[in-house]
Amino acid sequence: MPAFTPAELTAIALSLKVATVAALASLPFGIAMGWLLARRRFFGKALLDALVHLPLVLPPVVVGYALLVLLGNNGVIGGFLMQHFGIGVAFRWTGAALASAVMGFPLMVRTIRLSIESADRRLEQAAATLGATPWRVFRSVTLPLAWPGIVAGAVLAFAKALGEFGATITFVSSIPGETQTISSAIYGLLQVPGGDAGIWRLALVAVAISLLALLASEWLVRRQRDGEPR
Amino acid sequence: MLSLDIVLERGTARSGVFRRHVSIVDSARVIALSGHSGAGKTSVLHAIAGLLTPREGRIEVDGRCLFDRAQGIDLPPHQRHVGYVFQDTRLFPHLDVRRNLRYGRRTNDQTGFAFDDVVALLGIGGLLKRRTAHLSGGEAQRVALGRALLSQPRILLLDEPLSSLDHARREELIPYLQRVRDETALPIVYVSHSVDEVMRLTAAVHALD
Repeated sequence: MPAFTPAELTAIALSLKVATVAALASLPFGIAMGWLLARRRFFGKALLDALVHLPLVLPPVVVGYALLVLLGNNGVIGGFLMQHFGIGVAFRWTGAALASAVMGFPLMVRTIRLSIESADRRLEQAAATLGATPWRVFRSVTLPLAWPGIVAGAVLAFAKALGEFGATITFVSSIPGETQTISSAIYGLLQVPGGDAGIWRLALVAVAISLLALLASEWLVRRQRDGEPR
Repeated sequence: MLSLDIVLERGTARSGVFRRHVSIVDSARVIALSGHSGAGKTSVLHAIAGLLTPREGRIEVDGRCLFDRAQGIDLPPHQRHVGYVFQDTRLFPHLDVRRNLRYGRRTNDQTGFAFDDVVALLGIGGLLKRRTAHLSGGEAQRVALGRALLSQPRILLLDEPLSSLDHARREELIPYLQRVRDETALPIVYVSHSVDEVMRLTAAVHALD
């Protein structure tokens, strides 16, 4: 198999960058949402739960279009940000990270929620009687106990972001060097004659990275289930 | 001095609400609650610690009000200064013994129990670097007791500290409990289903039924 072309290497590097930023930037929100759904009872919880899961079942192109309408440079929120702060994510790699973060969010929240639910509440009670504020209980007991699941959730979101195609290409198109990820590069190669060798190379890279990420995630979840301390 | 007059409720409207009125006013420093299992002994400790909210009533420790339904007072657990030794110890599995003991330290509190004194009192100096999963039942109870003391509590709650131990281990732990009773000035509420057991620590026994 011949070596990668510079364009392919650019797409691979960009994919890794987009997926890493998507997973890490959405992690605080994923932890907050996972905790909210695991530990709190409030009005509208079922609706919030459904909203979080929406990207999992909606056609990705609909999610991409929604992002375009909301955050495009003429969008409801995007227009405001562009006008007043000069910040825009449309057709930028940050937009690709945002789109894939939204698509991976349900997977991340599901995993984190489960791990927080399995963190022993009796230990949280014990911490409270020892004088720990709710925030300290969360940081020093809940978070460490749920940690393997949280890492697994981030890895899943990373793997999902790596494979994201529909929402990303709808929202930020496929601009080489800026928003052309492995997925959209493969799609681009499908449109031109003689692109098969490139498709194979990129597809194998995608399989390899996703497989590694999923194996890492499985391993972390199993470690937590066996109660092996960190 | 414990003054407690509360109504506890358990269950739901569907399963049937189970109501219980508990009233304990006792000036003895060490008080024991005894009664068969299911008599609500642990619920009373949970109510004192703020882990369970009584339907009605008032809880006062040494003149300090922790809960008063009528006045709308309900201190959160972390502000109650209660040293709770749980039946199942509830040691933190992700921390070693030393960090478990230090978990409840209050930085602005120089008075009260010193780390080395508590470690010596309970004979747990050799365990400090151990993981909690590798402690025996008696060792875990002593560490839980030390952790509660080092949180500088104003009352100590002991929930069946001997129930998970075999006879020999019980005889081993009782002297430590007696030392805590004799060498500290802490009010203690001791819960046990066995009257014989509590009589070795106090004569102020209240029966719940």
